[in-house]
Amino acid sequence: MKKKRCVAMLLAGGQGSRLKALTTTVAKPAVSFGGKYRIIDFPLSNCTNSGIDTVGVLTQYQPLILNEYIGTGGSWDLDRKNGGAHVLAPYQAKRGARWYEGTANAIYQNIQFLNKYDSEHVLILSGDHIYKMDYSKMLAQHINTDADITIAVIDVPMDEASRFGIMSYDKSYKIFDFAEKPKEPKSNHASMGVYMFKKDVLVKMLTEDDADETSEKDFGKNIIPKMLSLNMRVFAYQFEGYWKDVGTLKSLWEANMDLLGVNPVFALDGDAWKIYSGNNAYPPALFLGAGSANNSIVTEGDIIAGKVINSVIGEGVTIEEGAVVENSIVFSGSVIGAGTKVSYAIIDENVVIGKDCVLGDKKSSPDRITLVGRDTVLPDGTAIESGSVTEAE
Amino acid sequence: MKTLGIIFSNIHERDIPELTKVRTLASVPFGGRYRLIDFVLSGMVNSGITNVGIITKYNYQSLMDHVQSGKNWDLSRKNGGLTILPPFSDEAGGGVFDNRFEAIKSVESYIRHNDADYVVMADCDVICNLDFSAALAQHARKGADITMFYRKKKISPSDWERFIIKTDDDGKVVETVRCDGNQDEHKVYTDFMIITRRLLLYILDHAAQWGIKSFSRDILSNCKEYKIYGFEQDGYCKAVNSLTDYYNCSMELLDPAVVRELFNKNGAQIYTKVRDSVPAKFTDTACVKNSLIADGCLIEGEVENSIIFRGCHIAKGAKVVNSIIMQDSVVESGSTLNCVIMDKDAHVLDNRLLSGHPTHPYYIEKESTI
Repeated sequence: MKKKRCVAMLLAGGQGSRLKALTTTVAKPAVSFGGKYRIIDFPLSNCTNSGIDTVGVLTQYQPLILNEYIGTGGSWDLDRKNGGAHVLAPYQAKRGARWYEGTANAIYQNIQFLNKYDSEHVLILSGDHIYKMDYSKMLAQHINTDADITIAVIDVPMDEASRFGIMSYDKSYKIFDFAEKPKEPKSNHASMGVYMFKKDVLVKMLTEDDADETSEKDFGKNIIPKMLSLNMRVFAYQFEGYWKDVGTLKSLWEANMDLLGVNPVFALDGDAWKIYSGNNAYPPALFLGAGSANNSIVTEGDIIAGKVINSVIGEGVTIEEGAVVENSIVFSGSVIGAGTKVSYAIIDENVVIGKDCVLGDKKSSPDRITLVGRDTVLPDGTAIESGSVTEAE
Repeated sequence: MKTLGIIFSNIHERDIPELTKVRTLASVPFGGRYRLIDFVLSGMVNSGITNVGIITKYNYQSLMDHVQSGKNWDLSRKNGGLTILPPFSDEAGGGVFDNRFEAIKSVESYIRHNDADYVVMADCDVICNLDFSAALAQHARKGADITMFYRKKKISPSDWERFIIKTDDDGKVVETVRCDGNQDEHKVYTDFMIITRRLLLYILDHAAQWGIKSFSRDILSNCKEYKIYGFEQDGYCKAVNSLTDYYNCSMELLDPAVVRELFNKNGAQIYTKVRDSVPAKFTDTACVKNSLIADGCLIEGEVENSIIFRGCHIAKGAKVVNSIIMQDSVVESGSTLNCVIMDKDAHVLDNRLLSGHPTHPYYIEKESTI
């Protein structure tokens, strides 16, 4: 089998507990986004578009929907004879069964996979960011600088820098300082959680790290600081463009809103960098009677008889007569009953909201998102206050 | 019960010369994101038919681009799957087939090398979500040679080429007559049929000897010789045999009951080529009423009683009423369209006023600029 130049490992096992009810039964990378996508569509499409055709997807937490969604990888053109998408779940080995303990350990437990493909480089990705990125440019720089590891960085506002892993690098992009979530950040170059390793270096570092009992088995906390202390070739790749961590309800809401308008903050179309997704067999969206949509996204399979304003509506959603959905995100398959008012809410998949309900109140805002979890059924006339979480039993 | 599906991609295409100038009837766009073939092809797949041949005659590039390997219909198989059957003419000449029987004759070896018990034949001019399995079960139960599909309808002039079937109490066909001149409600044959494969091969073997040249004249009209049964295609079922039919049939999709019946009948969905378009975007100035809007559209203007295919742009100040706008077309600001069928990649510039009438929709050719 011909050797690959670069294989990607996508960390998709995170629980994403800050997304509350959205991740009760679903892994974070499988959370819906932008009408017809799931978060994982972004790294997977980036891989395909960057010419990386072999992706190991490491799953652990609530993998059912995620595994089904990935399937054989065909949605992203990753159903290949040589390579393709592989779901890598924790498994029982001769020396015992282990869960993935930390990001580095998850990769370490799949060293067999890396050895099988024996690529020159390994790209480590995470499944919780919305962005379009050409990894082949990062790989080119990684090869040019003969780096042991290249870390993608994006400049964030200085006052937010303490939420990220912060790098300082010299003119040649060589990193000399790295601090994980520093109280007093020295720069605003934040790690995007995208790492390009030389494969041999990665295997060596992970093997040593696994033997170290004091290690938390984490790339940011252990592997990268160790490589810096050993004075290895650690470089930054400066990324420019849209990148958003959608780890909280607010940031998920904001990232969806960033898609709206003729000249949106983040444009899904308009360039050759297509984001691929599962694509269900729904007819086009049907607008009925007084149904309308303004400054919004509406997806196929929707039946819109109510008003949609500043919102993102997923696939196969029904919005009945007299309902008003404002500043909200509705995931696929949900029903908003007649006369119901929804504002600043995230409605998860297959939710049925009865007639004349009110979701949200005067205090509703991006900081007080009303969340209704998957499969919830709300009876007619239900009122839910802003900032609350409602889950199906 | 092994079944082979055969779809005729070209038959009836002379009915809609406008839309079939650059494509087969099978690949005529319909319903915002589909092609006509999607309905019968999905129907077969949903009925468990996983072996389908598509007979083509000419202009089949768009069709091949649409169905590709058949993957979108789950028909990319090791065993069976989708086969495109391009025209075949032997060295003796005689050219490409002219009717249904000759078309079948040209793919005889494909049928022979299959081990199906039954062959289902269907055309692409019928919009329906058909469960073939009920008809196949009836065919087997009755021990029929042939099952003819029909729909009960009032005869209109566009049906005159078709056949009316008369059945006895058991559903057995006792007479087949041409429609022309008739006006009342009758059982009208949709040109879909099931035929037992061994019988079909037997007929093909002896066609020259027996002088068989046409299904309708030499076989279906001969219901004394063959055991022919009828099967009603109930539910939503419309044939598209003129541009006006196409227009009216499209407009019926604005009825949610039709949408539900056609696109999700008992969970049977209609599949089509996946395009990975982004969802449709509506701006502050968008005003949409009673319309079907596919993914990938940017709607800034007014849209009423219309069907907008994928990737269209209706600019601010443009008004599209009672119209069908196909894939990737653009209507610029200040223009008004009424009863227009706009083919793919067409462009209506600023401040144009175009209008047809429901019985005579105004047609704009593919890739043209107005």
